[in-house]
Amino acid sequence: MSGLEALLDERRIWRGRETNRPPAGCPSGHDALDAALPSGGWPEAAVTEILLAGQGFGELALLWPALARLSQVGERVVLVAPPCLPYPHAWARAGVVLERLALVAADERDALWAAEQCLRSGSCGAVLCWPRIADDRALRRLQVAAESGQTLAFVHRPLAALANPSPAALRLVLEQGRVRVLKCRGGLAPPTSIAFARAG
Amino acid sequence: MRWACILLPRLALDGVLRRHPDPEAPLALITGASQRRVLHAVNPSARALGLRAGQSLTAAQALSRDFTIHGYDPRDAERWQRLLAAWAYRYSSQVSLHYPRALLVEIASSLALFGPWPRFEARLREELAALGFTHRINVAPNPAAARVLGNAHDGLAVASQEALKDVLGALPVERAGLPRDAVEALSRMGLRRLDQVLALPRATLTRRFAPEVIRHLGELLGEWPLALESYLPPDEFDLRLELNFEVSSHQALLFPLRRLIGDLAAFLAGRDSGVQRFTLELEHVKGAPSLVPVGLLGAERDPGLLFELARGRLERTRVGAPVRAVRLTARELPPFAPERRELFDARPQQSQPWEQLRERLRARLGDHAVHGLGTVGDHRPECAWQPAFLSSAQLDGARLRPGWLLARPIPFDVEVAGILAGPERIESGWWDGGDVRRDYYLIETRKGQRGWVYREVGGDGHYWLQGWFG
Repeated sequence: MSGLEALLDERRIWRGRETNRPPAGCPSGHDALDAALPSGGWPEAAVTEILLAGQGFGELALLWPALARLSQVGERVVLVAPPCLPYPHAWARAGVVLERLALVAADERDALWAAEQCLRSGSCGAVLCWPRIADDRALRRLQVAAESGQTLAFVHRPLAALANPSPAALRLVLEQGRVRVLKCRGGLAPPTSIAFARAG
Repeated sequence: MRWACILLPRLALDGVLRRHPDPEAPLALITGASQRRVLHAVNPSARALGLRAGQSLTAAQALSRDFTIHGYDPRDAERWQRLLAAWAYRYSSQVSLHYPRALLVEIASSLALFGPWPRFEARLREELAALGFTHRINVAPNPAAARVLGNAHDGLAVASQEALKDVLGALPVERAGLPRDAVEALSRMGLRRLDQVLALPRATLTRRFAPEVIRHLGELLGEWPLALESYLPPDEFDLRLELNFEVSSHQALLFPLRRLIGDLAAFLAGRDSGVQRFTLELEHVKGAPSLVPVGLLGAERDPGLLFELARGRLERTRVGAPVRAVRLTARELPPFAPERRELFDARPQQSQPWEQLRERLRARLGDHAVHGLGTVGDHRPECAWQPAFLSSAQLDGARLRPGWLLARPIPFDVEVAGILAGPERIESGWWDGGDVRRDYYLIETRKGQRGWVYREVGGDGHYWLQGWFG
């Protein structure tokens, strides 16, 4: 046994380890938000949970820059059972390549299944879904699926879910063009809410 | 030229056994008129009960009652032989059904592609075993010899003409594929082995035996060419599995379904094509069969995927009456181009191509569940949208449009905090009766939601919500 191993075995030497860096993120396209998040953007291969009280709070403006970038590099963006029809002109104007956008129509029961399949398949760049009755367990399934398929997952949930714990890597509340970070894996949530551009 | 002969000694029996969930259970094929039924073939566990081919059914039932019987249909064997020919066609362009219960496959030109013979042979055996057929495979320089070797050997590969002469010479006369009367005559002459026969002066043989005998010997030695008709795969797939009992649950249909799909996939691989549309017919005792159409957006041939899709469709179908037989027909067999994968694919290994994901979703959620977003050159918002995978047409990017569009406008009576933009007048649709004249506004609600509302020009002044600026 060499001297070094003996020393290590005696626990007299403290061995420095690389710190556990959170995985690199996918830039959200909003500089202030990227700067505030420990992953420097949307956490990759993980669920981002967005809590909001309805439509029209800027939830698309928040995601469009990332979706546009993904679609422009040929990744597929899938919307599973969206609450409204996407207006193609607005999506194209935001830079999303419509050819790479796919919609999956499903009822409430099948929507979670479909989202999980899309995430797990690994053939989508980002998957967006709007489960209304999703619980902690369903979210955990989505989280595992996002990890195994290396896919960005955005789960939109009503504000009422605020009180429940969530396995999502990133949890946001969206209100009036500002995001408040409730939880972010790999770091502390920024104390103040962050404004983002809502034009369009 | 080198020929492999795949001998299928239990073709009819295997055909029946492979649709049984438990092929080890004793089973006998019976044939003959109803007064005198005779066992045509038995599987090993039935043989262990003392059953033999050729026994009468009454005698067999006196020995044991513990076996299932199944009618023997000679056309079945032929059908399986054709299916296997379609399978073998994948490995060689020259496949022949010249002999019953056997496939002749020319392999010399396939060796470059499928590797040296031992590896090629192992692959053939593995696939035949998976398809559920007992087999013997021998190789010889000519097809007739390859077939005759199957009578006494399995796994023999004779490369040269000299070696073939030795191997053939060692064959007992009764295994050499000669007509029965010739075999009897030869054994009465005291000739036991083929080399003894071949050693006789040819003139003597010609005088004493029918021309077929001489020709057969010539074919065996490769002196006379054997005229073979090449097999051509049919343009459609049609296979029917009769169930040995009536089935009324989806679960019990999955086993025959898996078999049918497996056979379809083998057939497709042989033809180097895929399938885009196929139909399952569930035949009932009475009434018309239930049809389960399975449609895909692109050609596929992976058995696992096809099975999963068919299963999804089957489970959505209500089976009204017990099912007696399942039939799978596929008439559209377009060429199949395997998915091109990128060399430096960043995605994980187990990733599933988008096409497969899409079919999986459609199988469960319905044919129209997955679609893209297309645009239509129409100013009316509700008409500017269509569910199709289309390219981004010339889009009017200058105008402000909301990201979300409601399926149909709803009356809007929320308190408005302010108007951010508008009015923008949209007048259109007078040509198709869907005439609209509207003034659109971008408004913000007290909660901070941004909506897209309109008021009919000359209407009652009520606001309608048509979209959200998400």
